[in-house]
Amino acid sequence: MGKKNKIYLLIYALAIFTLPAILQNNYHLMVLNIAALNIVVVIGLNLLMGYAGQISLGHAAFFGLGAYLSAIFTTTYGFPLWPTMIMAMVFTGIIANAIGIPTLKLEGHYLVMATLGFNVIVYIVMVQLDAVTGGPSGFAGIPRLQIGNFAFDSDRRVYYLLWAVSIVVLFLSLNLIHSRVGRAMAALSHNEIAAKCAGVDTESYKVKIFVISAVLASLAGSLYAHYITFISPGTFSFFYSIQVVTMILVGGMGSLWGSAFGAILLTILPEVLHAVKEYNVLIYGLILMVVLVFFPRGLFPGIAEAFGKRRREVLSDSRKQLALEKRA
Amino acid sequence: MMRGAALQGDQKILETRGLTLRFGGVEALNGLSFFITPHQIASIIGPNGAGKTTLLNAITGVYPPHTGEIFFRGTLISRLKPFQIAALGINRTFQQAQLFSNMSVLENVMVGMHPRTEAGFLGGVFHPPGERKEEKKIREKAESLLDLFGLLPKADWMPGHLSIAEQKRLEISRAMANEPELLLLDEPVAGLNIRETEALGDLIIRLKERGQTIILVEHNMHLVMEVSDWLIVLHHGSKIGEGRPEEMQKDSRVVEAYLGT
Repeated sequence: MGKKNKIYLLIYALAIFTLPAILQNNYHLMVLNIAALNIVVVIGLNLLMGYAGQISLGHAAFFGLGAYLSAIFTTTYGFPLWPTMIMAMVFTGIIANAIGIPTLKLEGHYLVMATLGFNVIVYIVMVQLDAVTGGPSGFAGIPRLQIGNFAFDSDRRVYYLLWAVSIVVLFLSLNLIHSRVGRAMAALSHNEIAAKCAGVDTESYKVKIFVISAVLASLAGSLYAHYITFISPGTFSFFYSIQVVTMILVGGMGSLWGSAFGAILLTILPEVLHAVKEYNVLIYGLILMVVLVFFPRGLFPGIAEAFGKRRREVLSDSRKQLALEKRA
Repeated sequence: MMRGAALQGDQKILETRGLTLRFGGVEALNGLSFFITPHQIASIIGPNGAGKTTLLNAITGVYPPHTGEIFFRGTLISRLKPFQIAALGINRTFQQAQLFSNMSVLENVMVGMHPRTEAGFLGGVFHPPGERKEEKKIREKAESLLDLFGLLPKADWMPGHLSIAEQKRLEISRAMANEPELLLLDEPVAGLNIRETEALGDLIIRLKERGQTIILVEHNMHLVMEVSDWLIVLHHGSKIGEGRPEEMQKDSRVVEAYLGT
């Protein structure tokens, strides 16, 4: 994945793991823990949106499947924690595969509608099937995260676990996009016909990426359930699906670093905006608008470009060339 | 219509039989039958709307024909998907260079090697030694191709910053990365100036000298006459003539309608 990315990743990890030393407030740590989980969901979704050119508006449902499956099987049936999480991921993957195969065969954005519908269905099931899910009042008493005898029973302890997961996911995803498969994905997202004619099985790649992104959402959901120990359907409504898409757009589609950036920013921002009370929604919207108007490709690529001097020079050269060609 | 000695089946690298393709009421290809021999350049010519590009789209599986068959080295390919056809060894370029503008010049060529390499998702995620080795091989081969096509100094550039002529060459090198047995070029010199056209003509001849079989769709008759071993003339989706370039130049129907004077 290139030396640069490795160095950035190291700096990023160091910064993340020294942060708890400065932050004494548990509430701050909790917000950051949620951010770590959002990063996992957003990176998965960005692989789909930025690299397979498809949009999912149902990632809240996959996040929810992970959370509820893990919660129900560990709490109600006493299954062991980690195997149950893996089982939830496998199950979510199978469902995503079943949704993806028929919809991704069609050209165009049929996946959006299918996932949107799926999200609504899953939400209704969570609310109505109260004998199993606890219904609208939620599901409580979920066991905490634990490795051997070590319980992650404080926000500070969970912080290290969740951020380790989030950083590993970022690392492996960066690996993936800098590989043969990553190039094929980038190719098909940008020019499907050319990718097909270059020998890329675009349909199968799209389905596989969709499954991977759903599985990552499921992983984040399971971790969420065992961290908060209480879940209710509201968390997994369509609104969360929109929220993760927004994080991608703000961070930058196709930029995994942008995903981390966007997820952190938009998780923290509403908390900061509590200071302005009733205006917080207004200001939140305004910030989103400003970002999308001035950085249409996302904040992260936008800022990176502003600092990338060499790139600008190449750009201006090509503009000059274009002007010359027009004159000729 | 003689084509040297009697041809055996294995000397037909590509053969179409009764190819028909309709768009609404328009017959873009109408019962088209022809074959191509290896290590030669066959040019498809004809006026706009004759069905030349449609033919390339049919061969590569982009628009599967409604009736008729296409055989590649004796294998029926007209029911296959584009990626399967590419994997068999048919690669193409497009009228307007279709590059992946979100990745570098080098990476564009690396994508071209997709069917000839294996690393999957697990390899991509964990980069085991086998994957690293393959990745190194892909990079080296792409660099040597860029070198051959004179693009190596611009390997790290984004394709959008290249000139039109360079973009066309990049597209050919991406197609060549798969070591295709059959290379399809769709108007490779459209939009190029005289000197660039000559350079690309030289490049096409160099490819042929290396034994590359090429189907060329081109409007530039000067180039067509210079490089082609065989001409197939299309009109309204049907073949109205085929033969050696010098024969075609004398063919009254063809001359009248398509070659001008």
